[in-house]
Amino acid sequence: MSSTAPTKRSQPTNTLPSGKGVYDWVKPFLTTTVGMKVTTAITGTALTLFVIAHLIGNLKIYDGRDSLNAYAHFLKSLGPWLWVARIGLLVAFTLHLVFALYLKKRSSDARPVKYAYKQTVQASWASRTMPWTGLVILAFVLFHLAHFTLGMVGTTDARQEMARKIVQVGYMDLIDDKGRPDVYSMVVAGFSNNIVCVCYVIAQLLLMVHLSHGIASVFQTLGLNTPRIQPALKRLAWGIAILIAIGNIGIVASVRLSWLGDSYVPITRVGDAPPAPVSQPVGEQATPPKKN
Amino acid sequence: MKLTLHVWRQKDQKTPGRMETYPADHVSEDMSFLEMLDTVNEGLIHSGKEPIAFDHDCREGICGSCAMMINGMAHGPEKGTTACQLHMRKFHDGEQIYIEPWRAKAFPVLKDLVTDRSAFDRVIQAGGFVSVNTGGTPDGNALPIPKENADTAMDAASCIGCGACVAACPNASAMLFVSAKVTHLASMPQGQAERRDRVLKMVDQHDKEGFGHCTNIYECEAACPKGIGVKFIAQLNRDFLTSSMKVVNKREATGADAAAG
Ligand code: HEM
Ligand code: FES
Repeated sequence: MSSTAPTKRSQPTNTLPSGKGVYDWVKPFLTTTVGMKVTTAITGTALTLFVIAHLIGNLKIYDGRDSLNAYAHFLKSLGPWLWVARIGLLVAFTLHLVFALYLKKRSSDARPVKYAYKQTVQASWASRTMPWTGLVILAFVLFHLAHFTLGMVGTTDARQEMARKIVQVGYMDLIDDKGRPDVYSMVVAGFSNNIVCVCYVIAQLLLMVHLSHGIASVFQTLGLNTPRIQPALKRLAWGIAILIAIGNIGIVASVRLSWLGDSYVPITRVGDAPPAPVSQPVGEQATPPKKN
Repeated sequence: MKLTLHVWRQKDQKTPGRMETYPADHVSEDMSFLEMLDTVNEGLIHSGKEPIAFDHDCREGICGSCAMMINGMAHGPEKGTTACQLHMRKFHDGEQIYIEPWRAKAFPVLKDLVTDRSAFDRVIQAGGFVSVNTGGTPDGNALPIPKENADTAMDAASCIGCGACVAACPNASAMLFVSAKVTHLASMPQGQAERRDRVLKMVDQHDKEGFGHCTNIYECEAACPKGIGVKFIAQLNRDFLTSSMKVVNKREATGADAAAG
């Protein structure tokens, strides 16, 4: 090595970076570069498992309106458990994001003067763009929550259950014939907008790129990688990433190609006037909305 | 052959530097990269200019001094080769060659291509001691070591501490270097006593020196002139995980413990 190192006498020799308390136990995972990377790996794994579970759940859309709405209704009926899951996801998402961006900031500081001649030998494009694909996914998740969880993006035509007038309503106001939120119609309506679809497809492709590096990287970070399995892990990562992308984009494409959804007009109770009981002919009221 | 060199010139640590262009007109294919720089420097001295400062010592690929980034690649385009062992036949006539120092906050530029890599020494120091018995030479094979472990330790020990891993890493992380040093001792029976403390302390020092984190990009592996692989980083991560989780190992070792060894 190039020069002699000054021995720091001021610092006690052989003192461990951490002590004996509970905080000291988790401290390496919150403060050191290696430990924070482990935390991003564990939270990233949790998020990936969520995305897979989320996709499998959404595949119920191919089983029809009733199936998807029943599934959504089941999730809502979990009550406090739904909130446990949501908070767990939020914690995982936040830790993943904050640590990844903090480490990224740290590593840009670690090279204050950049190279004039930029060159990489074997790094993949995906591995070098993780913070950027991640930030786009963050933007997408916020948009996606506004879109389908809060129903703040866009409205759709719906027919009032009683008055049978066509009105413009938000996605949250759609109901199906069993009075459950009509998630199926919401998805079909949501993907009728071109720009929204382009956003979903781009986000899914970038998620695929993110995961193509991320899934293999987790094994290295957790110390489970060996030269023997490394090529297999790379293929596994790409395989999972591509399957997730195909699954999610497939839903968008199926709506666009009219494989899902049809001429069905969703129902709503918004602005619905209860029919005057006297003038209403008996029997009309009981007629169920036309089913497809 | 005739080449055009673009070289980073910097007077000292304080003065900002810049790239400067020099022609290299009388280059033989048989020259090493450093010999080529020597001839350019002779020309500079003759014309009364300051020669290009660069680190070198053994010129046989074992000391790790000859640190330089050649066309954005640590130690140049040849795989598994230090800059001093790189020959000009790897370049073609008329080529433009960019020569820059290692770029990392932890490796400040002292002059031109010379950087201060004492951060590596401090990481090694943070690793502390190995407990071995003093006295006479131990009998050969008195301490049985499985062949695989001996090989792993030898592979890890082939790290010459040149800093190419840091230079090539987009995050300026020294994780390949630290992992080679950690694995080297962790593979040997002599390294077991302090194994758990060592990895935590070395990672801690690595971070303090201002190196970046490892994002498993594997540029370091491609740059290493000694072919150190990223499997050592996986080993470091394993040791880090197990050491962090074992509370019992977090004793506060004092200097007195060394005497017991
Ligand atoms: C294009 C593919 C996707 C479709 C079709 C889709 C569809 C949906 C739908 C319909 C909901 C609302 C469920 C309900 O509240 O009834 C939802 C919620 C959600 N989605 Fe997606 N989604 C997709 C991709 C993703 C991706 C890639 C992520 C994240 C990485 C994601 C994260 C979420 C989250 C966090 C929620 C909220 C869950 C909650 O509020 O508890 N989605 N998605
Ligand atoms: S000068 Fe010693 S390795 Fe190049």
